[in-house]
Amino acid sequence: MNIKKLNTIEIKNSIENREIKAQEIAEYYLKRAISLQEKTNAFITLDEENILKQAKDIDNQVEKGFKGKLTGVPIAIKDNICTKGLRTTCASKILSNFVPPYDATVIENLKKEGAIIFGKTNMDEFAMGSSNETSYFGPVKNPWDMERIPGGSSGGSAVAVSAILAPASLGSDTGGSIRQPASLCGVVGMKPTYGRISRYGLIAFGSSLDQIGPFARSIEDCALILEVISKYDPRDSTSINLKTPEYLKNLNEDIRGLKIGVPKEYFIDGVEEDIIKGINDAVEILKKLGAEIREISLPHTKYGIAVYYLIATAEASSNLARYDGVKYGFRAENVKDLKEMYIKTKKEGFGEEVKRRIMLGTFSLASGYYDAYYKKASKVRTLIKNDFVNAFEKVDVILCPTSPTTAFKIGEKTNDPIQMYLSDIFTINVNLAGIPAISVPCGFDKKGLPIGMQIIGNYFEEQVILNASYAYEKAVGGFKFSPFQEE
Amino acid sequence: MEFEAVIGLEVHAQLLTKSKIFCGCSTQFGSTPNSQTCPVCLGMPGVLPVLNRKVVDFAIMLGLATNSTINKNSYFARKNYFYPDLPKGYQISQYELPICSNGHLIIKTKDGEKKIGITRIHMEEDAGKLIHEGTYSLVDLNRTGTPLLEIVSEPDMRSPEEAVAYLKELRQILLYLGICDGNMEEGSFRCDANVSVRKKGDNKLGIKTELKNINSFRFIQRALEYEIERQIDIIESGNTIIQETRLFDSSKGITIPMRSKEEAHDYRYFPEPDLMPVFIDDAHIENIKNFLPELPYQKILRFREQYGLPEYDIDILTNEKEVADFYEKCLSLYNNPKALSNFFMTELLKELNERKCKIGDTKLNAENIVEIFKLLDEQKLNYNGAKALLPKIIDTGKSPSILLEEMGLMQISDTSTLESVIIEVLKSNKKELKEYLSGKDKLFAFFVGQVMKKTGGKANPKILQELLKEKLAKISIDDVDNL
Repeated sequence: MNIKKLNTIEIKNSIENREIKAQEIAEYYLKRAISLQEKTNAFITLDEENILKQAKDIDNQVEKGFKGKLTGVPIAIKDNICTKGLRTTCASKILSNFVPPYDATVIENLKKEGAIIFGKTNMDEFAMGSSNETSYFGPVKNPWDMERIPGGSSGGSAVAVSAILAPASLGSDTGGSIRQPASLCGVVGMKPTYGRISRYGLIAFGSSLDQIGPFARSIEDCALILEVISKYDPRDSTSINLKTPEYLKNLNEDIRGLKIGVPKEYFIDGVEEDIIKGINDAVEILKKLGAEIREISLPHTKYGIAVYYLIATAEASSNLARYDGVKYGFRAENVKDLKEMYIKTKKEGFGEEVKRRIMLGTFSLASGYYDAYYKKASKVRTLIKNDFVNAFEKVDVILCPTSPTTAFKIGEKTNDPIQMYLSDIFTINVNLAGIPAISVPCGFDKKGLPIGMQIIGNYFEEQVILNASYAYEKAVGGFKFSPFQEE
Repeated sequence: MEFEAVIGLEVHAQLLTKSKIFCGCSTQFGSTPNSQTCPVCLGMPGVLPVLNRKVVDFAIMLGLATNSTINKNSYFARKNYFYPDLPKGYQISQYELPICSNGHLIIKTKDGEKKIGITRIHMEEDAGKLIHEGTYSLVDLNRTGTPLLEIVSEPDMRSPEEAVAYLKELRQILLYLGICDGNMEEGSFRCDANVSVRKKGDNKLGIKTELKNINSFRFIQRALEYEIERQIDIIESGNTIIQETRLFDSSKGITIPMRSKEEAHDYRYFPEPDLMPVFIDDAHIENIKNFLPELPYQKILRFREQYGLPEYDIDILTNEKEVADFYEKCLSLYNNPKALSNFFMTELLKELNERKCKIGDTKLNAENIVEIFKLLDEQKLNYNGAKALLPKIIDTGKSPSILLEEMGLMQISDTSTLESVIIEVLKSNKKELKEYLSGKDKLFAFFVGQVMKKTGGKANPKILQELLKEKLAKISIDDVDNL
């Protein structure tokens, strides 16, 4: 059996039909993840013993007749999602020794369906970054070109799937942190509607923007994992009480009559030509499948970056206040009083980008600036949201590039935060509006680097997005594996 | 020059919910440090608050009781500051839109009734506690997340007495509503005061100071008196007040400035993104209104009209809801408002105060109190006996008629028994008898007292007096020696 080629449903079925043991699957992926760790740096924590024990437990349960949606499927988890008894660092020195005494709700949901929590993936520190270079544990490498970044902040989760170190993974997306690395690594990555997935146990960055979502190699896998984690959770007051959807069962490749909007504001100077071509090719394919293409306008698009960097950083400055060395995590030594303990702990415990954003956010909320920054940004956020609300009166989904560039070189933008922030120019507004979107691989640029197209849907219309993506995937005959399949 | 004080008060009332405001941990006071905590109230990474709806209901209750506007839409905000007893680095509170606003209370002052405005009432979470031990400090987070209502008054009070009257009224309302235990020592009812002084007649407010850490009515009175005098002295000596936070040192009776670096806060309030806005519909408010208990001022009015009691009695009886309820229960079984009121004020409450306990802590029941009155009416017991019975009734819960037998307190009304005691007393007090018969009428009481003493206080006083009078009338001074 070629384990590498098995998708999540095939793994589950093979295990439940006793064709293969969960332990064999786990061992196979462990071997790959460990042997390729030095090359990719995709994982922060890979607890071999713990993973094998989970697999053994699953095998025992399968013996007793257990059936789940993800029986024995290893899922890699971004290291900002709390896992009981398993170190969760947020790729920060300040949490480098933090072992949560609880599972995030998504982890509980995965475990209930028989999934194996497979290692904690590398990321930008506290999910702040677009290149996975701000990690305390070092940068992650892109499997398509080892000199390039995988995107961020969920770089490790994207690479785990792209390099076939796990069949699927979870990431989190605050301004594009799932979609942009998915695009740069040539895999599927989805950010669901805000409120669709419980945030309980997701270490907060921008609370009004954060959302957990899956990375996968196919739309079916993506639909299945999304369905497992899409459960109302009374522990998250922003979680919406909706019926648990059946995304996989309802996948439908017939998109005749689907109205696809293409926003003119997303095809601007600075977007690489190859990307525009890739998207246009995809549009043609969708048109052939029976979709109607319409040009639309999202006039407030250009304010997105500014609004985002006021709101997300404001929330972050408050969310990260708790890392003070008092209760858990890193505490600076040799301090003479409380104030010095606070200052030294934060100074030594946080990286440059995190400190920059805490400062920005603190400024945005400061008395005398609040109205001009945070409050004004909140108002413009409503305008951006209304752009989408208006657009969805005319179209079913919106199609545009996920990222203005393909993967760039490690170190290329680290000294220019503004250039780095522009990496998320096409993904950020989706978070500000709270709507769902996916990044689907759509070809390669001249350097052979993957291009991603973003399909954006209306509130809670994940199924419509998945169906459009599914139709495209079928039409192009599936997505290409990264060169790491040869490893 | 004549000055007047301007005082506004901020009260923090801990709510009597079983669990904390944003998690399921217990709110019980005095448990082992950090035993009542969970990842949510410990502020661990990734956890989220969930609002305890009971807190909203309690806030609405207080809002209605203080004539406030209940805001149908309010929201929580984060108040950001660093301190080890605040695990998240921010307190979840309400800022721009509190749940209640524009209320008022009526207090009694020496010049009559006065209306004190309530600016706002909002919900928030309490912080933990620090225990300092030499070179290090320990953190106890049991109290973290205990629900609080912050009640902010208008600067409507003009003297320490008015401030105390306002606080007492507010505390009484909270107790009547059953939403706060009002315990100032344990910190479940805490007060900060904003004070300034100005020339009488001025409309402009003076520069204020904030007094913190005052935990009894007596201390509030003293702290305000001191602070008002201090401010007047400063102004009269030509200096200006510094706007600052001051602490009351109860051992010295003075206020001292808090270190300035601790008060230089910019709290950077912003809407709490982890909680949805609090929406309250009219039906819910109406529902709470219907279940609202009778409030102190309503009860006072009713006692006045229904029972015709003097104001003094009403004040005492309605001071605590439990006492008022017990009084009315007794009254429903024995309809003599004034007799019961007298007994409550002079005997019952005195006994309870001596024991430092409440009615509910004892074995008292209304039936037993009423039985005392019936025994008095039936002349099986006299008032002295009733006084002697009461402590036993409180402690044992036994019925007065049983205790009466047990303690031998049955009143002696039998004339022949009393007569023989009277004769005995007269015989052994011939000197006094002679004096009486020669016109010293006051000695009548002496003989009554002697008979009472001999009967262990059990003689029926009315019959005793009649018999004694009768007997004395029959004796002439010459007969005395032959008695």
